[in-house]
Amino acid sequence: MSVLFIVVPLALVIVAVALAGYLWAVRSGQMDDLETPGLRVVRDDE
Amino acid sequence: MATMVGPATVASATAAPCTHCGLPTLSGDCGDGPAFCCSACATAYALINAHGLGAYHRFTERRGAAVRPSGRGFSDFDHEAFQQRYVTIDGDGQAHVELALEGVHCASCVWLIERVPLLVTGVVRAELDMRHNRASVTWDPSAAALSAIARTLDALGYTPHPYRGGERAAMRRRDDRAMLIRIGVAGAIATNAMLAALAIYAGELNTMDASSLALFRWISLGLTIPTLVWPGRLFFTSAWAALRARTVHMDVPIALALAAATTRGVINTISGSGPIYFDGVCVLVFLLLVGRFLQARGQRAATDATEQLFALTPATARLIAVDGATLDVPADAVSVGATIAVHAGETIPVDGEVIAGASRINRAILTGESNDVRVEIGDTVYAGTLNRSAALQVRVTASGDDSRLARILAQVDEGAGRRAPVVLLADRLASRLVLVVLSLAAATFFLWLRRDATAAWDNTIALLISTCPCALALATPLAMSAAVGRAARAGIFVKGGDALESLSRPGWLVLDKTGTLTLGETTLVTWHGDDALRPMILALEATSTHPIAAGFRRAWSGVSVATATMVEHTIGGGVAGVVNGHQLMLGSPRFIASKLPQAPLGEHTTQDEFTPVVIAIDGQIVGRASFGDAVRPDAASSLAILRARGWKTILLSGDADAVSRRIGASLGFTPDEIFAEASPEEKAARVAALVARAGGGKAPPCVAMVGDGVNDAAAIAAATVGIGVHGGAEASLATADVAMTREGLGALVALDEGARRSMSVIRRNIIWAFGYNAVGVGLAMTGHITPLVAAILMPVSSLTVVLASWFGRTFTPETR
Repeated sequence: MSVLFIVVPLALVIVAVALAGYLWAVRSGQMDDLETPGLRVVRDDE
Repeated sequence: MATMVGPATVASATAAPCTHCGLPTLSGDCGDGPAFCCSACATAYALINAHGLGAYHRFTERRGAAVRPSGRGFSDFDHEAFQQRYVTIDGDGQAHVELALEGVHCASCVWLIERVPLLVTGVVRAELDMRHNRASVTWDPSAAALSAIARTLDALGYTPHPYRGGERAAMRRRDDRAMLIRIGVAGAIATNAMLAALAIYAGELNTMDASSLALFRWISLGLTIPTLVWPGRLFFTSAWAALRARTVHMDVPIALALAAATTRGVINTISGSGPIYFDGVCVLVFLLLVGRFLQARGQRAATDATEQLFALTPATARLIAVDGATLDVPADAVSVGATIAVHAGETIPVDGEVIAGASRINRAILTGESNDVRVEIGDTVYAGTLNRSAALQVRVTASGDDSRLARILAQVDEGAGRRAPVVLLADRLASRLVLVVLSLAAATFFLWLRRDATAAWDNTIALLISTCPCALALATPLAMSAAVGRAARAGIFVKGGDALESLSRPGWLVLDKTGTLTLGETTLVTWHGDDALRPMILALEATSTHPIAAGFRRAWSGVSVATATMVEHTIGGGVAGVVNGHQLMLGSPRFIASKLPQAPLGEHTTQDEFTPVVIAIDGQIVGRASFGDAVRPDAASSLAILRARGWKTILLSGDADAVSRRIGASLGFTPDEIFAEASPEEKAARVAALVARAGGGKAPPCVAMVGDGVNDAAAIAAATVGIGVHGGAEASLATADVAMTREGLGALVALDEGARRSMSVIRRNIIWAFGYNAVGVGLAMTGHITPLVAAILMPVSSLTVVLASWFGRTFTPETR
């Protein structure tokens, strides 16, 4: 079962990378307004 | 009767929908060409099409209301004082401003507003925040003036105001982001802690070697510590603050449980035996943060209230110096006794007395009255009212914070700030829960201590964990936000769940008259005459913008229209013309009497507050009509239902005593429930007195104020729950806790019912949460909490509450 000692920490590293991506998104303001961008896309083809 | 004015366009035949807004129009004989209900819509349509944005009119979801531009010149937007305060210039020389817009409501609005750069050259970018009705505009100041941008937005029906809450908004954004980051971190950790826990539980069923088991236990520990010191710290600091203030709230038992579970987990991880609870702790922190976030967002919408109100007066005034020269000065700085000039189409910046000129003033902002009022030399005008037709010179009697509008707004602000926070049911229960939990924990500890010291510690900690009010903490915010979401789909916008909790305790329901109980527009009340006259009357009134003409058109919208020639309007009298070869005349009794002195006018049977209209053909009086502000069709039935449910209704009107009493009596108000001729200040005082009478106990009966105008805004703010009705002034909707987008008083009934149902969902949630806790306590006290039981009990109790909130039948969607 020694493989666990490699994969489990590796999984945590992947989580950390994903979390870093999320933190960047929040800090750059992508979560500030969740309504308007969705509506913007609806009319974008015009 | 007031004036009869109208553009000289000829229109006839049946109604086609307005090409811009979809409302019925008069025109129809112009084939496939565009038709409009009003000139404002025509202007907006032309503006949109001239710049190749015709695609807007192919959207199916569009504005369902006619364009109502304010008609202001917005010259104050270009003034230096304004620019200094609201406009920021970045390094490239581009200017940036935040504008609060009226009338934004759908995806097509986003599309149109963000295409303003195509409409006005020099605008670089316009972005709309739909949730807050706020546009941020970037433009090149050398190529375009801000006033031109503002006028364009106004012409499209989105009247702009400078946005004054910039700092507060930035602070809120910081708070929101911090909370989202906490939730993200806690969520990522919680899912991984659960995976580790799954491995451990699965390993216990089979056989897992000791080193792997230890690995997962240490990984769980490693995950839990960060979640407690970063996102979870919130609960410890809040609990500590409560204890220092010698009070107890929900966070105290939560912090206690988190600390107890973690301590026991750490000890057991080091010793290598016994339950660790880390998965439970991580999930708990995550769920609690989500609940907290939802609650904060719901409550904040209510405090956004007053920001918009302060943008109602212009920032500058045009001062007339002694030598006759004019200069622009900040409106706050105008001294009493000075003379200012107000052009047509401008908002009056100060309170004052007219000393030169005569004009028509729209005072809707103060009185809710939509018809213009005539002012002459010696009349008083108020800040915030709109000068419609001609230039005026005004001697200042009050400016800035002393103006009547500013004082009313100050009352609004004060009312909103003084409003005692509603102590939510769950919080009231939490403070008792803590005492119960602590005494149970003490009992467990001492009962077990006689038998076994280790078991005493284990079982006491297990009890503290299993009584964690996680589900209880989620019960209220989740049920509230689910109910608020459902209410929005039913056309009722509730800003803050505590309004729903208050509304579930019926007390006094205070109602404004004009625009709330009545339609607030000139409506045909009685009609005596041959129905064959209808097409002829419509032909005569087809080109008029007068309220009476509009009243005829609304009442007879399905009737065909004849053709009129030689139409002649007499201001303050009536209208005459030739229809189907007959000389048709229509107007006030006095007007008809002056034209036909020999015709018998007869008695007027209608009441005083109605405007009588007499119709004559070829010198013979053939019909009578009367116009007034009609009571909403669903008012009587809705009020009856609300009274049956325990609300004491009160009519609070600014209108004349006789009118208020007659309408009040017809709707079942007793004479002592009717208060007429109340100024905005009196309305607020009366509501505040009722709130005081309701008492400040833990669950006082609700005092709800229902109104539509800025004149109701202070009363709305003073009430326990303020309700703004459909079609009300944007400002009064902003201060209200509940805003209706649904016509009529039926929405009030739906609101009352929804509030009750929401509270029963919450009560059910709380019962579930307590049920799980009781089971947990029983198991812990008898020493039966195994790790698996704890792992199931904790999330299942929360999950039950989540599902019950989601599927709770609170508000039923609007059926049309």
